Amino acid sequence: MIRLENVTKTYDDNKTHALDHVNINIKKGEFVFIVGDSGAGKSTLFKLLIKELQPTSGDIYVNGKCITRLRRRKIPMLRRDIGVVFQDFRLLKDRNVYENIAFAQRAISAPPSQIKKNVAEVLTLAGISEKYRSFPDQLSGGEQQRVALARALVNKPKILLADEPTGNLDPGNSQIIMDILEEVNRRGTTVVVVTHNHEIVRQMNKRVINLKNGIVVNDIREGGLASER
Amino acid sequence: MKGNSFFYCLGQGFVGIKRNKVFFLASVATIAACVFMVGLLMAVILNVNYVIKEAQDSVCITVFFEPETSEADIQDLGKRITDWEEVSHVEYTSPEDAWEKFKQEYFKNEPELADGFANDNPLATSASYTVYLTDITYQQKVAERLEAMTGIRQVNKSEVTASALSDFGKIAGIASLAIIIVLLAVSIFLISNTITTGITVRAEEIRVMKYVGATDFFVKSPFVFEGIIIGLIGAILPLIVLFFVYRSAINYVVEQLHTFSSAFSLLPMKDVFYLLVPVALILGAGIGFIGSMIATNKYIKV
Ligand SMILES: Nc1ncnc2c1ncn2[C@@H]1O[C@H](COP(=O)(O)OP(=O)(O)OP(=O)(O)O)[C@@H](O)[C@H]1O
Ligand SMILES: [Mg+2]
Repeated sequence: MIRLENVTKTYDDNKTHALDHVNINIKKGEFVFIVGDSGAGKSTLFKLLIKELQPTSGDIYVNGKCITRLRRRKIPMLRRDIGVVFQDFRLLKDRNVYENIAFAQRAISAPPSQIKKNVAEVLTLAGISEKYRSFPDQLSGGEQQRVALARALVNKPKILLADEPTGNLDPGNSQIIMDILEEVNRRGTTVVVVTHNHEIVRQMNKRVINLKNGIVVNDIREGGLASER
Repeated sequence: MKGNSFFYCLGQGFVGIKRNKVFFLASVATIAACVFMVGLLMAVILNVNYVIKEAQDSVCITVFFEPETSEADIQDLGKRITDWEEVSHVEYTSPEDAWEKFKQEYFKNEPELADGFANDNPLATSASYTVYLTDITYQQKVAERLEAMTGIRQVNKSEVTASALSDFGKIAGIASLAIIIVLLAVSIFLISNTITTGITVRAEEIRVMKYVGATDFFVKSPFVFEGIIIGLIGAILPLIVLFFVYRSAINYVVEQLHTFSSAFSLLPMKDVFYLLVPVALILGAGIGFIGSMIATNKYIKV
């Protein structure tokens, strides 16, 4: 589903490699954590996957297709296959929960008849159906992140990328988010989560890729942590 | 773009305008000024051309003959003049015609006064040719040639102001063209600024749209619509103003100037606005389109 071959990324104004000859292969339906210190290159990796950035060298495959030399015109289609959530939610403050989620459907010109149904579906999945008329600033951090998740999922992406989705949340809310991610994965979506929360990583017992200074220092298979103990 | 997306983007274009009133008004004002200038210039050019053409059609030379010139000689003269390259056609006015015309004009209300002359035409020697020219610029030349011919007593020319008029028109035209170009540039600049502000205000929305896979076209089109809407509003306002200005100009000419020259009138409203409306709308929409394309291409990248 996601494959990186010898991917190196160097920022123009930066001599060091944000990513240094990285090889990663994530299969369809996997749930993967990416961990590493600040500056390890985790967000850079995500930006390469949605083609917000271009790798300095190496090749990236998403959903079986090489995206390294993807034409600009084709980028939207790539992004429809990938849902993204961030630590800071990035909801639109001037519209309510329903409109925030429907916005993602309108942006890809989904037929109006389907928008209602799809939005209702993800609202239920994220457990925020009762709050559909609330505005973002009327919601708790955990609820806002659930809305962001619902928005990332409403276009039915094959891959979900979450960059520190629980970074701003307390353990209770973090757990709720993780439960939703697990359910999303169970329904067939490939899920990749960047996190600093070691407690969650240990608890979830999934594959963990560890980055350090742009290098993959270890890649522990599902159940690996449990067996290590 | 599907129908519902079209209306969504169009709606978003209006939302953008509402959020951004000051720049919107500034853009509309400059576009309006620009379109107004264009409209005024067009109205003037159309009318000047009209007046020149009218003048051209009415410019003629009247030729009177020596009293002893015979009917046959007059006919022969007419044939010769008609053959000249500069002459479009020649009309003969017999003394009887001249007298009839004179009666019409001066004894209109007391026809019985004219009856006294019934058998003694006071204009018996007033047979004349009216010589129409193919171009007014030949007038002087033809008049001189006619004066040199034998049998001709008098040559009357029309006063020609048309060439002076067209010179003035040229200078005014160039000056207004310069103003229009400046206004055009300012309009495009202001509209692209308006749109840029709109893009900045909606940066967050644009970012989300890109993350969920909206096409470039989808992200940009609300802004292009916004530009075109602003342009069209900027074009419609001066059209309305021009309509009233032109109407009062026509009325003024009719009321004030007809005493001096009954021939002079402005082009009818229809003839001017038939051309002016599409030109203004295309110009306004074009300014809006170009301005917003500049802004979106500069600030919206996937
Ligand atoms: N736009 C940029 N321009 C220049 N250098 C950058 C840019 N973005 C990131 N970097 C550098 O690239 C390296 C990797 O950054 P990245 O954001 O991928 O780290 P991260 O693992 O996501 O860190 P964090 O856990 O703090 O979010 C860092 O050294 C960072 O300073
Ligand atoms: Mg990061």
